[in-house]
Amino acid sequence: MNSITEKLLGIVSDFKGSFQGAFNIRENGQCAGRQSSPNIHIESKTDKPGIDIHVLPGTKGETVYIPACVTHGDVDDLVYNDFFIGKNADVRIVAGCGVHTDSEEEARHNGIHRFFLEKGARVVYEEKHVGTGKGTGAKRIDPVTEVTLDEDSYLEMDTVQLGGVDSTMRKTSGVLGARAKLIVRERIMTDGEETAKTDFKVTLKGEDSGVDLMSRSVAKGHSHQEFISSIRGENRCTGHSECDAILVDGGTVGAAPMLEAYHVDAALIHEAAIGKIAGEQILKLRTLGLTEEEAQEKIIAGFLK
Amino acid sequence: MLKLEHLAWELPDGEGIIKDVDLTVQDGKLIVVTGPNGGGKTTLAKLIAGLETPSKGRIAFDGKDITKMDVTERAQNGIAYAFQQPVRFKGLTVRDILELAAGGSLDESELCGLLGKVGLCASEYMNRELTAALSGGEIKRIEIATVLARKGKLSIFDEPEAGIDLWSFSRLVETFEDLRRQGSGTLLVISHQERILSIADEIVVIADGKVRAAGPREEILPTLLADEKAAICPLGREDVSI
Ligand SMILES: Nc1ncnc2c1ncn2[C@@H]1O[C@H](COP(=O)(O)OP(=O)(O)OP(=O)(O)O)[C@@H](O)[C@H]1O
Ligand SMILES: [Mg+2]
Repeated sequence: MNSITEKLLGIVSDFKGSFQGAFNIRENGQCAGRQSSPNIHIESKTDKPGIDIHVLPGTKGETVYIPACVTHGDVDDLVYNDFFIGKNADVRIVAGCGVHTDSEEEARHNGIHRFFLEKGARVVYEEKHVGTGKGTGAKRIDPVTEVTLDEDSYLEMDTVQLGGVDSTMRKTSGVLGARAKLIVRERIMTDGEETAKTDFKVTLKGEDSGVDLMSRSVAKGHSHQEFISSIRGENRCTGHSECDAILVDGGTVGAAPMLEAYHVDAALIHEAAIGKIAGEQILKLRTLGLTEEEAQEKIIAGFLK
Repeated sequence: MLKLEHLAWELPDGEGIIKDVDLTVQDGKLIVVTGPNGGGKTTLAKLIAGLETPSKGRIAFDGKDITKMDVTERAQNGIAYAFQQPVRFKGLTVRDILELAAGGSLDESELCGLLGKVGLCASEYMNRELTAALSGGEIKRIEIATVLARKGKLSIFDEPEAGIDLWSFSRLVETFEDLRRQGSGTLLVISHQERILSIADEIVVIADGKVRAAGPREEILPTLLADEKAAICPLGREDVSI
């Protein structure tokens, strides 16, 4: 494992020289370390790049780390990771991604993650993205996440991208069975000429299924972000999406939410607010002794926390 | 000492809101500013805290001319202001704002002390975000606590009683009395509440952008109470007839 990978791992996951339990580290398209645990089995795919992660039914309290790093330009890494979470298992999955380039060539990671949760399974999925390096080559991360939630299962996805990624296109889709819950919390900050596009598509198929999408983003410099969400209720269900964006300098943001109710008891809500930091928020913090710049920093840091 | 001299402020269309106000506030006193709605109390508070800039006149504080100082500088010089309408923040917690106000980190017992003064329990509130999920009375009490945390030389509270329940209000009145007893700075409280008026050292009545009356409580309060019993509200409205 090279030193850039070690540094990236520290940023995107709780890596402190090693991982506890099951893990798979991907470095420039190669496996740089893997360990299964008695309850969590990780195997290479035979037909395409990537791994299958099997979490045995009833597994409780374990964490699986599957970070991926690209540490130089001229890498276009494509990987397929499939997670099979057994009945009533309750695990945490940490899947950070770091891309680094010091050259003018593009460094790209494209991870396609599919989650299959069996009845009653619970997963907390954390995904942190970062770009580093002084190269002019574009740093791109284009994750695709597909979740299939069986009855009574629960998936909470926490995704963060706080800078350095020139372009990202993140697609997340989900199909929910009866009483399944999906919670997605996304935080994105872009600056300079960066662009970030998010696309959520959730189908609430089962009775009493529910989804809650929360996106908070900050667009600085001349960066641009787009938020697209589509929630489709095909049964008695609840769907909520919320997109809050703060504009700084010349940042721009577009939000296009869509709600489709195909059942009389589908209750779907969308809230969106885009604008610069409210003047009265800055004023309030200035009355506490902060300068305008300090106030702006605190508000943004809190917002993206 | 806070000294306002010939202070004036207009709306962009030229309508005068604060008109030639002269006022001197001695250190360590509890001053209550009252008067009819729309009389200019909040505007006066904003001029003192630097949220608005006067079109004419001068503000001196602690021997310094602060007229040209911005909000941040005035705050750093010891002026604290609790807004009439508290501001909400997605992402900042009660703990965050109190720590910003105090200028450093606070442990749980310090948070308890501050929030207790406004009748809130720290363990229940310190990690709550300052969003619309907090009720009107809750956010108002947190706003007051931020100013208590600042330990300012001059603390301005704009209608601290608004939206607050009876129990928290009693606690708040005690807090104001304690602050005065401890001599911790000057308190300028904008209020319509008789309980607050009755603990004032001095009362200032602002109506129609002017100081209608100002003086020791013993002198001003009886006239206000007499007015209140009249059928009309005479404050600032000499021309009203029945
Ligand atoms: N930014 C503004 N734009 C328009 N009108 C304003 C503005 N600020 C103040 N005013 C007007 O100035 C007058 C005084 O307002 P101010 O808020 O100071 O009154 P107040 O005495 O605090 O009233 P209340 O007891 O209702 O809080 C009101 O008529 C108000 O409508
Ligand atoms: Mg007012």
